[in-house]
Order: sequence, then structure tokens, then C-alpha cells
Amino acid sequence: MPSLTQLANPTRFLDFSGKLIPWFAAAAAIVLAVGLYYGLFASPPDYQQGDTVRIMYIHVPAAMLAMGCYTLMAASALGTLVWRHPLADVAARSAAPIGAAFTLLGLITGSVWGKPMWGAWWVWDARLTSFLVLFIMYLGLIALWRAFDDPARASRIVAVLILVGFVNIPIIKFSVDWWNTLHQSESIFRMGGPTIDPSMLRPLFLMLGGFGLLFATLLMGAMRAEIYRRRVRTAQLVAARPRASVAAATPVSAAASPASAS
Amino acid sequence: MSALLAIIGQTLRLGLRAGGGAVVGLVFFLAVVTVIPFGVGPDLKLLARIGPAILWIGALLASLLGLDRLFGADREDGSLDLFIISGQPMMLVVIGRAIGHWLATGLPLVIAAPVLGLLLNVEPVGLAAVTLTLLVGSPALTLIGTVGAALTAGLARGGMLIAVLIIPLTIPVLIFGISATAGAISDPAPFLPPFLILCACTLAALVLAPIAAAAALKLSVE
Amino acid sequence: MTHLGYILAAYGAAFIVIVGLILWVWLDLAAQKRKLARLDRDGTRRRSRRPAA
Repeated sequence: MPSLTQLANPTRFLDFSGKLIPWFAAAAAIVLAVGLYYGLFASPPDYQQGDTVRIMYIHVPAAMLAMGCYTLMAASALGTLVWRHPLADVAARSAAPIGAAFTLLGLITGSVWGKPMWGAWWVWDARLTSFLVLFIMYLGLIALWRAFDDPARASRIVAVLILVGFVNIPIIKFSVDWWNTLHQSESIFRMGGPTIDPSMLRPLFLMLGGFGLLFATLLMGAMRAEIYRRRVRTAQLVAARPRASVAAATPVSAAASPASAS
Repeated sequence: MSALLAIIGQTLRLGLRAGGGAVVGLVFFLAVVTVIPFGVGPDLKLLARIGPAILWIGALLASLLGLDRLFGADREDGSLDLFIISGQPMMLVVIGRAIGHWLATGLPLVIAAPVLGLLLNVEPVGLAAVTLTLLVGSPALTLIGTVGAALTAGLARGGMLIAVLIIPLTIPVLIFGISATAGAISDPAPFLPPFLILCACTLAALVLAPIAAAAALKLSVE
Repeated sequence: MTHLGYILAAYGAAFIVIVGLILWVWLDLAAQKRKLARLDRDGTRRRSRRPAA
């Protein structure tokens, strides 16, 4: 069992993630298939919400992943800022689009669930509104990342924004809750309630596990792509350097890149 | 302390001189308040009801202007490097710039708000409440804005990006500012609790925003 | 099943988003690998890699 610091080396990460991805992908596919069977066919409809409760089996995992992904990014941001860890930055950057996609999925399924329950595609319910804000924050983070040319500098500056957002998310949630109770006094629809029948818990947990495995697979794939992208970028910069120096006819820089002499 | 006053004074002068953001921000505020009745119709009752919200949103949007150049020049001409070498805390720059920027652009918005409120048929209590909540809340908007300005200091064109990064973070300020105003106007809704939370937002921003902005600025000059 | 349309819409959206993510990650990974392989073939090596390897 390699230690965490060893896994944190990008080359080692490429090795072990390459081995793990097929297993994770297969496990995700199996768990999701079983979860879908239970969710769609082998579980009873809710006595109040009817069959629309089946939307919960994708809505709740997507929403939990959307928040979990931001927490993961915040931990990575800490790793980037405090330990300047290269892999932490790769993880945060690769997680952002995946988190944004799961947030969008949570919003879409919440909206589709809301139409038969509330009679409107969108209501300014505290939960939905907070998620909309989270989605905007994900998009803002991705935009800031893309605005910088140099990934190393972008990583630390974006890490600051991730942490600022992480501190703000509970404040935003609290204020949206306040705002919501102020504006609509009728009792809002609560998901499930404290007691969910075990027959519904089974598909929910299966789907949670399946989504988690899927997320891990996607994250490892995206991190691999990001590591390769950075290697390509470095290689291109290295490749561009001797050519420029040849034009300038400086013999010093030719010796400075011995690797190209192989 | 003298360094702080110098930074405040310089920011204030830069903001107030011709071509600085202060006057443009005010005109923008006026323009936003003017176009909204064209959108919702000239119904005075409706305008009186949504007037405080229009003023708050107008002030929020106006406070986003001018942020993109808050630290850009400091980074480009090397002032930030000098500041780091001199051993002064980077937070001093952030706080100085924030205070100067607020005096040049935030305070005029607060003073203009009751006048523009008259155009929207907001009742006297509402005018007072909007002015008071803006006075308390607009420093928070500026402080949160400095974080956005510091994050995008290294970018040539960060203006649009600042708005996208900052607006989600300003939602609590907006909610409690408008809630307090609504509480002052309509009877059952409370005024004091949201107003005190608004004060807390500003104080929290005063503590946290300079830390984050200073960290981002330091990283942007590395 | 009641509200079949809504359930299908939700699961359909989930399917599209997830398949889109999988394809995006897969294609991105393949593209970066291809680029790196091409650069390697053209003789550009990473500093850390031995010339003999």
C-alpha cells in the first residue's frame, strides 16, 4: 500500500489511476444499473408524491455530489495554498467542470420534480436558489481559471476564490433561507421527511454509491487529462525555446536542453 | 497610519478626477433607476413598492464599476513589489484602496439614493431606510469588490469577470439590506434583526475581505 | 406509473449530462495523450525523463 505522499506524485498518480479507472468504471456501471432497477421498478411510489418520488433517486445524489465536489475543491485549494501541492491543483481544476455539471443536473431534476409538485418549473425555494448561486460560483471559478495563461499562477489565485466561496456558501444559504421565509409563508415542500421507507432507502443509497463511484472515475480521468495537458504545454514551451535561440544564434541555450539531443 | 492615509488620499483623488469612476458610477446609478420604469411601467404604486429594491440593485451594479482598475496600475508599475519589499502588510494597501474607493464611489451612491428614491415614489420612511441600509451595506459591497479586483489584478481584461465572481458573494448583503428596508416600510416585517445582520455582514467583510484580497494580490505579483 | 413524462425527462436529462461528461473526459484524455505522443515522437522530451528510456 503506497503512502499518500507517493500517490501524490503526478507520475505515480498516472500509474495507479490508470489501473483503478476500469475497476471504478465497472463498479459504477453495476451499482448504477442495480440502483436504476430498484429506483424505477422495484420500489413503491410515495403515498403523497406518487411516482415522481423516483426523481429523488437522481436528484439527491446529484445535489450531494455538487456540494461534496465543492468541499473537495476547497480541501484541494488549501493543499495548493499551504503545501503548494501540484496534484491538489490538478484535482481542483479537474473537479470544477464535473461539479458544475452535477449542479446543473441537480437544478434540472429539481425543476422537473417541482413542476408536478409545485405547479411551476421554477420556484424561488431556498434550496433551489442556493443551488443556482452555487452553479454561478462554479461557472465563475471555471471562467477565472481560463482567464489565466499560466496554470501554475492561476491555481493559487483561483484557490483563494475557492476558499472565499467556501466561507460564503453557508452565509448565502442562511440568508437565502431567511429571505425565503420572509417572502413565502406557505409551508414549502419538504423532501421525504425524517422517515423514508426502507424500500425507498435501498435505491437511494445504491444511486448515491453509484454516483460516487462515477464521480471518482470521472475525476481520475479528468485529472489524467489535466496532467497530460500540462505536460504537453511544458513540452511545447521547451520545444519553442531552442528554435527561438537558434534564430538568435546563441550556443548556450543549445547546451541547456540536453534532453533534445537523445 | 500615514501610509494608510496616503493610499486613501491617492485612491480618492484618482476616483474623483475627471475620467475617474466616481461621477460615471453616479450617472450609471441614475441611468439604471431611469430605465426600470420603462421596463415595469409608470405605475406609481408598483414603483413605490419595488423602489427600495431598485435602489439597492442599482447601487450594487454601480459599485461594480471601476473595480477592475483598483489594483491593476499598482501591479503594473511595480508599486506592489515595492510595498512587499518595504515590509508593510499587503492588507494596508487593500484597506486603503477599499476606503478610498468607497469614499469616491460608494458614499456618493448613498447620498444620491434618497433623491433617486423620490423619482420612484418611495415614501419618506422608505427613503430614510434605504439611505441608512445603503450606508451600512455599501462598504460591504466595496470590500467584497476588492476581493474580485485583487483576484483579477493580473488580467488585462478582468472587468466582466469581476462582476460574475462578485455578484454571488453579494447576495447576503442584498437580502438583508432589502429586508431591513422592507421591515421599515411595512408593519409586520421586522426592521432591526435584518439590519443588525446587515451590520454583521459589513463587519465580517471588513475582517475577511482584506485577508483574501491581500492573499490574492501577493499571489498575483509572484 | 403516474407523471411518466416528468420521470422520463429527469432521467433523460441525467443520462445526457452524465454521458456528456463521460465523453468529454474520455475525448479530452485521448486528445492530450495523442498530443503528448506526437511531441515525444518529434523528439521533445520532458526534463525528468532519461534520454535512454
